[in-house]
Amino acid sequence: MDLLKFITAGSVDDGKSTLIGRLLYDTDSILDDQLEAIQRANRKNNDGTLDLAILTDGLKAEREQGITIDVAYKYFQTDSRKFIIADAPGHIQYTRNMVTGASNADLAIILIDARKGVIEQTRRHSFLVSLLAIPNILVCVNKMDMVDYDEAVFEKIKTDYERLTENLDIKQVDYIPVSALKGDNIATPSANIPWYRGKPLLAFLETLHVSHQYENQQARFPVQWVIRPQTDELPDYRGYAGRVVGGTFSVGDRITVLPSGFSSTISHIELASESLHTAENGASVILHLADDIDISRGDMLVKQNEQPIVSQSFESEICWMDTTPLDLNQVYLLQQHGRTAKVKIQEVIYRVDIETLEKSANGHFGLNDIGRIQFKSAEPLAFDQYTSNKANGGAIIIDPRNNLTVAALMITKSTG
Amino acid sequence: MDYLDHLEAEAIYILREVAGQFEKPALLFSGGKDSITLVHLAKKAFRPGRFPFPLVHIDTGHNFPETITFRDELIADLKEKLIVGYVQDSIDAGKAVEQSGKNASRNPLQTITLLDTISTHGFDACIGGARRDEEKARAKERIFSVRDEFGQWDPKRQRPELWNIYNGRIHKGENVRVFPISNWTELDVWNYIRRENIDLPSIYFSHERDVITRNGQLMAAAEYLNIDHEDVIEYRKVRFRTVGDMTCTAAVPSEAYHIDDIIEEIRLSKISERGARMDDKVSEAAMEDRKKGGYF
Repeated sequence: MDLLKFITAGSVDDGKSTLIGRLLYDTDSILDDQLEAIQRANRKNNDGTLDLAILTDGLKAEREQGITIDVAYKYFQTDSRKFIIADAPGHIQYTRNMVTGASNADLAIILIDARKGVIEQTRRHSFLVSLLAIPNILVCVNKMDMVDYDEAVFEKIKTDYERLTENLDIKQVDYIPVSALKGDNIATPSANIPWYRGKPLLAFLETLHVSHQYENQQARFPVQWVIRPQTDELPDYRGYAGRVVGGTFSVGDRITVLPSGFSSTISHIELASESLHTAENGASVILHLADDIDISRGDMLVKQNEQPIVSQSFESEICWMDTTPLDLNQVYLLQQHGRTAKVKIQEVIYRVDIETLEKSANGHFGLNDIGRIQFKSAEPLAFDQYTSNKANGGAIIIDPRNNLTVAALMITKSTG
Repeated sequence: MDYLDHLEAEAIYILREVAGQFEKPALLFSGGKDSITLVHLAKKAFRPGRFPFPLVHIDTGHNFPETITFRDELIADLKEKLIVGYVQDSIDAGKAVEQSGKNASRNPLQTITLLDTISTHGFDACIGGARRDEEKARAKERIFSVRDEFGQWDPKRQRPELWNIYNGRIHKGENVRVFPISNWTELDVWNYIRRENIDLPSIYFSHERDVITRNGQLMAAAEYLNIDHEDVIEYRKVRFRTVGDMTCTAAVPSEAYHIDDIIEEIRLSKISERGARMDDKVSEAAMEDRKKGGYF
């Protein structure tokens, strides 16, 4: 059984939490004591049915205000798949939390209220989805019951959304008309929407093909930890522990160690004392090399004929996530896997107005601003272009004065 | 990749990040199935080397004897270091005050002993077995969850956490709680325990024992429960779905003798795992409030 991670994004009152509540309810994932807690809280919809939104609003402040502030992770499974939902806030103020939820998603569900159609928030969320390079988008046109299940409304929204995404880098978009409140096209096809011949939401989620995003990736292995027991039985044991973040590694592969550039051959791969021939993408393993070379945490092993970009100067997309704005004179820390390097952001190439998608060279770069920058690193870094390998094309910026994560970087190219 | 392989690889990755990023980490070990699973994952992450952290048990003194026997055997087998923080010591030092009344529990006092143990040993990271599916405040918590020098969680000021990059940088006195199995559900843990053939304390499996019914829950009839003439002691077939101390962990009637029976029982269960925890029943925001106060 495999795993699908998806994010749900929507704006206040478009029924996002209700949709998730409905998915959990219809897949029998809500247990009696949780339902009881909802009943105790006594939150009802206008028509007297239980307000399932309370299931996802986990913080007091959220329940008080009826909004989502931070990502909540929810879990359910069917006979064919296990699902992780990142239920993300849609409000602009909490963009950084949406970005947190979006960074690991295979699919983004964008909710559009059938009565309101495509609105500014739809544009902003779709832009963030394309920035984070989520490979699939599903547009759920919700509250179809409020527009008499009218096909023309659905088609109009579809056309508007297609126009909106023309200028965004989005690969695959699907559309489903639903009513989360009434359960139309959630777990079962809706009799109220006979003109829609596609799958209902749950069947769509169960059958979506997502692994293609990992195809054609080059082999990357950031070293996290060096295992050296130095015991009488194992005086010379030296294993490099880490997780494959692209491609595969097999015994016999010629590898290069970055940034040093030394080469060797993989002599042995193990997982919990079990020998493997191949370590696939995503596997946490221990690699052994034929030669004794200096390798430590933060170094990266790559296949000799599959080199990433190694440079001290990059261009990158950036999402600023702190209330203190970007300071071009400040030395920041960049963290990528186990490596932390001093960096200076030299130049803001442009800032994107996320409502109009217009680019400007505005100098001020503050909370939730998105754009493109150029940075210089104190030491060479090994990146892939973010759109070809998210796991090795992203990094975070830390402010060394307060240790906060202040920005996300998505590498576009080397400029060195 | 199969989902259990994915969850395992992610947890191992997180454990190794702890080793790489912190000077003095610790693994919080309760003797329950989640922390036993963490120990198994730590073996996969670090063997044939030693664990780069000790195991730390915050002991209320009101334990199931089976859990303590299991803990000591596990430690002897692992040859790793165990540090025990005793709630009794906090009480004796006047830092914690024993609750009174029929439903008295030392569960809330654990936070005091935990924070004390962290500061005595200077731990900068504490690995815990909490999962996001357990409770709605936990569903919101980051995998690297920064606590201030009073151990407090501030849910409104969580650091963004992107991809597989965990920012564990802190100032002296602060510490990070790390949850490698955040994305596992109760069923995932059991499926993994079955797949990996991990040993558990016997009380997870159906057995017969004296129980009393307290606030609608079946509790083991232990001396710590202030049993009086109103309590009716029954001899019943039960098992424990979570294992905390004897005053806050309720049993469920069960015929599940084997792990396959348990998995089937959980699959069909209509009550959540923490439904049998008295400590969560206090209020709607019981867990959020405890976490803000420094709880696990």
